[in-house]
Formats: sequence, structure tokens, C-alpha cells
Amino acid sequence: MEFIDYYKILELDKSAKDEEIKKAYRKLARKFHPDLNPNDANAKKKFQQINEANEVLSDPEKRKKYDKYGKDWMHAEQFEKAGYQQRPGSGASPGGGGHSGGFSEDDFSDFFSSMFGSGGRPGGGQVKYRGQDFNAQLQLDLKDVYKSHQQTLTVNGKNIRLTIPAGVENGQTIKISGHGSAGVNGGPNGDLYITFSISNNTKFRREGSNLYADAELDLYTALLGGEIMLDTFEGKVKLKVNPETQPETKVKLKGKGFAVYRKDSEFGDLYYTYKIKLPSNLSEKEIELFKELSKIRANGK
Amino acid sequence: MENKDLIPTVEFCECHQIEFSFINTLNEHGLIKITSIEEKKYLSCDQLKNIEKMIHMHYDLDINIEGIEAISHLLERVDLLHRELNILKNRLDFYKERG
Repeated sequence: MEFIDYYKILELDKSAKDEEIKKAYRKLARKFHPDLNPNDANAKKKFQQINEANEVLSDPEKRKKYDKYGKDWMHAEQFEKAGYQQRPGSGASPGGGGHSGGFSEDDFSDFFSSMFGSGGRPGGGQVKYRGQDFNAQLQLDLKDVYKSHQQTLTVNGKNIRLTIPAGVENGQTIKISGHGSAGVNGGPNGDLYITFSISNNTKFRREGSNLYADAELDLYTALLGGEIMLDTFEGKVKLKVNPETQPETKVKLKGKGFAVYRKDSEFGDLYYTYKIKLPSNLSEKEIELFKELSKIRANGK
Repeated sequence: MENKDLIPTVEFCECHQIEFSFINTLNEHGLIKITSIEEKKYLSCDQLKNIEKMIHMHYDLDINIEGIEAISHLLERVDLLHRELNILKNRLDFYKERG
């Protein structure tokens, strides 16, 4: 646990007046406040430091203690014995007005806890705060989101059973209302935001609710037509191949694609592109017959 | 009026220790919607997160209503661009897989 220079964080001199602290806090908070920097973990971390610095420097008693012990904070306990008493519920900083954005105890450093204890944290008063939002990432396989299913997640030690909706996209975030941290003093709970990271280990490429794949056709099936078995997400299907099928021909298997998000029982389409495989290691007989075919073609059938 | 999706503005303002005039100004600027039922005013729950953001902006960051209006608009744009970026990333992966 290292000493934290709160003055440096707020870009202030030790002699800074209350008004300067307030001004510096607001200036930096406007730049790094999580509400103004969505999905920016660095900004959130920076704001936590700014908030903590403001929490200490804008409170005369905390500032006095911090200034007195500074780098010798390990001995701060003696200060307590010397008669320092924390004001109950003094967390709402003069500069912050008690609206510091639903920050929880976890948002304060060990240094802060060690010096001021949990009693010095915001939220001790009667102001109701909405609980902090939680963000979680859920790793799933593409097969897991083909159909809606129930899954139990453990978030901050609590088990939450939720329905993973079919068709959810890689990188998509969904909100689970009320499953963030508990509200303070009867305030509403925060929300849980789950971002899905979906890996695809199948032969299919996915674009929205459509799936794409390649199918190999041998020369003779491509020329003469026939039947092939193709994979879909729900097993194999038999497909008729037309005679004289050209390379890169696309066929659509309607409704055999991926689940459509938030539309139960609706599915996109599956597109197969035919890749024609030419025979190799031809026998003499085959070469002879191909030559003959070639002559027929050259002579106008 | 018993509706779990609506919160009386009086209760909301008391809870957040803010003046009703602030909520009313947000409403006048079209940033939120206050619902009036039988002379009582309510806020719908789905607006709470946004309103709380605006409270932070105003009371913590000293941003005025015009600033909040501009920021809200830009945040909506950021959200839209973020979603577009995700769609494009997925599309790029699609073409990468295709080789």
C-alpha cells in the first residue's frame, strides 16, 4: 500500500484554498466523470482517484489529518487517540454536494481506508443513493446463443439466474435491472450490465442472423447434378444440386440461419457457396476421356 | 395513483435532495418527461438513470442546463457510434474468417 499524493492528483499546491480545491475537482471531474466517458475504464479509475482526493481535501478534518501525517500515514492511529473524531455521515463533500455518482466502498483505495476507515466514506448520511452499476463480461460459444437458455452467474458473490437471449451479438451489452449494488439508505439498486463475448468455433460465419459457409462439390455432381448432405445448426439436410452448377454458386437455405435477437422462433437464412473440387491423380483412361470431351467441346458439341 | 413504473417527483426530489425546479427545467428543455396524473407529477422509472446522470452533471460538475442538453445529445451519439462500431467489428471478423 503506497502513499497517495492527493494534491498531485488534483494538480494543486499544499497551500490550496477550499475554493481552489472545489474548482480543481470540478475541472477534472468534468473531464473524467464516468457519465461523460461511457465504457472508458481509464477515465473511471482516474475519476475514482479524483473523487477520493476531493473527499479528503475538501473535508477540513480529513485534510488536517492527511496534511499532518502525509507520508507517515502508518502512524495516523496515534492521531485518533489524540482526540480526532470522525463526523458521522460526513461523506457528502462540500464540493460534491453528495451526488458523487453512486460510488461504493470498493472505489476507495486501501490507503484511504487505512487512514480514514470505512466510516469516512460517503453514503453515511441520510441521502438516498442509487446503487452502483456493475459491469460483467460473459464468454459464450456461438452454439450457446442459438437458443435462449437459463444460466446462473456469480456477480460480486451473488448468484443471479438469468435468461441468455437467443441471437445476442458478440460485443452486445444487455442490462439486468436492479442487479447492481444495493442502494444506500433505501435508494434503488444499481443495474448489472453484461457484455457478451461470443467465440465462434463452428464452420459457419455469422453476420447478424444469417450464416454463411462453403460446400465442396465434386466435378461430376457439379456437372451432372445430384444430391449432397449439408450441415446446419440443427443437423444435416439433403440438398438437390442442379446440373451444370458453376463454381461460387450460392444457395440459400431459408430459415436455417441463426436465431433472430428478441424474436422467438425466428431464424435467418443459411447461405452455402459451392466450391468445386477438380479431380487429381487422373488415370490414363480419365485423361483420354477428358481429351475426348475437350475435342467435343472445341468442335461445338 | 399506484403504479410501480412511476415515481412521484416529490419523492424523487426528496430522495436526491434536489429542488423540483431542476427537474421541471429538465422537463421544459425536453430532456425528460414528467407525467401528470390528477394534478400529481411523476417520473417513469426508465428515465431514472438518465436523470441521475443529469443530477451528477449539474450538482457535482456545475454544468448548466444548456451544457447538460449538449452533453446528453453527444452521449446519445457516442452510444449510437459505439453500437455501430460493434456491428462493424463483427462484420470485419466475418470477412477475416472468410479469409
